[in-house]
Amino acid sequence: MGVKEWTYLFVGITFSAYLVIAWLSRVQTTKGFYVAGQGVPALANGMATGADWMSAASFISMAGLISAMGYAGGVYLMGWTGGYVLLALLLAPYLRKFGHYTVPDFIGDRYDSSWARLVAVFCAIFISFTYVAGQMRGVGVVFSRFLEVDVNQGVVIGMAIVFIYATLGGMKGITWTQVAQYWVLITAFLIPAIAISIKLTGNALPQVGLGATIDPGVAGQTGVFLLEKLNQIQQDLGFSSYTDTFVGKWDKVNVLFVALALMVGTAGLPHVIVRFYTVKSVKAARWSAFWALFFISLLYLTAPATAAFARYYMLTGLNGKTAEELPLWFNSWNKTGLVLWLDDGDGLARFSAGEDNEIFRKGKLQEAELITIHVDHQKWLDTKGVQGSDGRASLRARGLNGPDRDIIVLATPEMAELANWIIALVAAGGLAAALSTASGLLLVISSSVAHDLYYRLINQEATERQRLAVGRTVIGLAVVVAGLLGIYPPGFVSQVVAFAFGLAAASFFPAIVLGIFSKRVGTVPAVCGMLTGIGFTAFYIIACVFFDMAPWTFGLSDQGINPQGIGVIGMALNFAVTLGLTPFCARPGQAIVDMVDSVREPEGFGPAVVLEDAPGH
Amino acid sequence: MNDASPPTAPPGEERFDIHDPRLRESLSRYWRTNIKITLFLLVLWAIAGLVCGILIADRLNTVHLPGTGYPLGFWFAQQGSIIIFVLLILAYCLFMNRLDARHHEELERIRREKGS
Repeated sequence: MGVKEWTYLFVGITFSAYLVIAWLSRVQTTKGFYVAGQGVPALANGMATGADWMSAASFISMAGLISAMGYAGGVYLMGWTGGYVLLALLLAPYLRKFGHYTVPDFIGDRYDSSWARLVAVFCAIFISFTYVAGQMRGVGVVFSRFLEVDVNQGVVIGMAIVFIYATLGGMKGITWTQVAQYWVLITAFLIPAIAISIKLTGNALPQVGLGATIDPGVAGQTGVFLLEKLNQIQQDLGFSSYTDTFVGKWDKVNVLFVALALMVGTAGLPHVIVRFYTVKSVKAARWSAFWALFFISLLYLTAPATAAFARYYMLTGLNGKTAEELPLWFNSWNKTGLVLWLDDGDGLARFSAGEDNEIFRKGKLQEAELITIHVDHQKWLDTKGVQGSDGRASLRARGLNGPDRDIIVLATPEMAELANWIIALVAAGGLAAALSTASGLLLVISSSVAHDLYYRLINQEATERQRLAVGRTVIGLAVVVAGLLGIYPPGFVSQVVAFAFGLAAASFFPAIVLGIFSKRVGTVPAVCGMLTGIGFTAFYIIACVFFDMAPWTFGLSDQGINPQGIGVIGMALNFAVTLGLTPFCARPGQAIVDMVDSVREPEGFGPAVVLEDAPGH
Repeated sequence: MNDASPPTAPPGEERFDIHDPRLRESLSRYWRTNIKITLFLLVLWAIAGLVCGILIADRLNTVHLPGTGYPLGFWFAQQGSIIIFVLLILAYCLFMNRLDARHHEELERIRREKGS
């Protein structure tokens, strides 16, 4: 069977499995719909959190980013895992003890203010929509690459699947589907990584292989460490050395700020936080934070190995090769435009950091533009520069140097010369990663609108049945909106992902931490702090990204602070304003102090002691 | 039975009157230990991720992880810090669950003494 048949088979099997799970875990109550009845075991919640967290970007693009960035790629690895330590130690157990449905619930109740709740609802919805648009696009891209269906049809198919299991089962359906999706995506990620590690270094563990010597059969010499060899090849071709720290725009301050902003942002992302509402107890919330990071680390510890292995194959596989000698993976991904070769006339491919680079990608170019460039380039070659134009110069001017970063994960199975069915498995894995994250985000949107906005702020008299109907309607609408964003992606989506982390870091994280660890902070300082944090972060990102404002240096870095890292300063401002205003503002009332006490007290809760569930009630 | 309405009072409140001075004292003792554990682990978190992985990564890069080709700073940034993060949460679970158990016994004792 060919790759395409295998892909149809795997996608068919996994999608049917998701639908069966959805039917088995359909719910009739709002508690089931929003927090899966608070009965999810810690281990399962860990897997679901892992799938929820690892998006299409983590699965398909992250290894490629690291591959191109070398050491600095560690900001994503550290940032997207370090946040779980903050989450486990500072937020998860307390929010579980609080025991409501959403993040705005906590902020609204703790600060006893509809304004605080409204600000939190707005942030939760904004963050989730920014994120979910990218996921839907990811679904479409995977479909189009592996099944050769149109990107838009792919988005519609993905939407239909999410629509069914999210409206039927709410959080319960989503959780159990995510458990299945975790296994699909992690298997799809690990198998090619292990295979390529064995081929290149003889070690079955990619993490050991990355620090080991290259197999003499591949390198042609014995005892050369992979990373040393990679550093040397990179330097020979004009790239910076792979393991070197702080190169170019990634100076020490920016690496620190971006890593920290991603960490704090991760801990403040509503779709991650709500996962800890779904378990049975405080103890289970702690354990599920552990299992979550454990399962996530399986992918995050493997990605840097895949990145370096693929970088090695990429540089050695292309450089100095004639058209006949180029590897098979080049030819199959050349068709999709993820990698292009425009020769300078010597008939040998060259992938370097200099002006003589011949390897490019299609990027967002239209098919027609690309053909024009190819035709002009051929004319330029044939007439030795008299007519036509150098296609390399025009691609370089468009910033399309080097292959697309997604190729690293997509082409790894072919680099390792694995069987067709493994290539198909990667397609199913990419879909699982995109769908699981999308569904988690859609639930946050639904609960923010239906629970926080409709029930808590608009119609407090709503019956259980009405609330569930509103919840289902909103999640259905959200799926459609997210799908439309996937089909007609606004150009700015990829640029505003920094927003999601920045806003989460600057708004939710300080407000929740202070709400738990201080009894003194009251409504006014907290709302002022959140607005300052959000206002500053939003202003800086919008000004830098859309109005070409030169990044501010804050006297720390000559390069200016990268908008991705500005959440750290937003967070610091939030803390400073809140704590600065606190001594001048009223103390919270006794009811709030009691609430904080009960959140801190680990005893006295859990299904066994809930009055309404008690026997004879 | 209506298990859908959000719990307005923290469940279990009827078992524990949080204004009882002995319970308050027990809770504040529990809370102080909790803060110590949390701060200790957060310091380790900062050392592993922020200090070794970033702030002194360039200096650590001059040595290799023994027996491997990993420059140490690079290893911390792409492997070591993540492994340490996982272990830190594991340690937190073990510490806190033990502390919770001790706190639970204390509360049980108070309740027994009150009942007798």
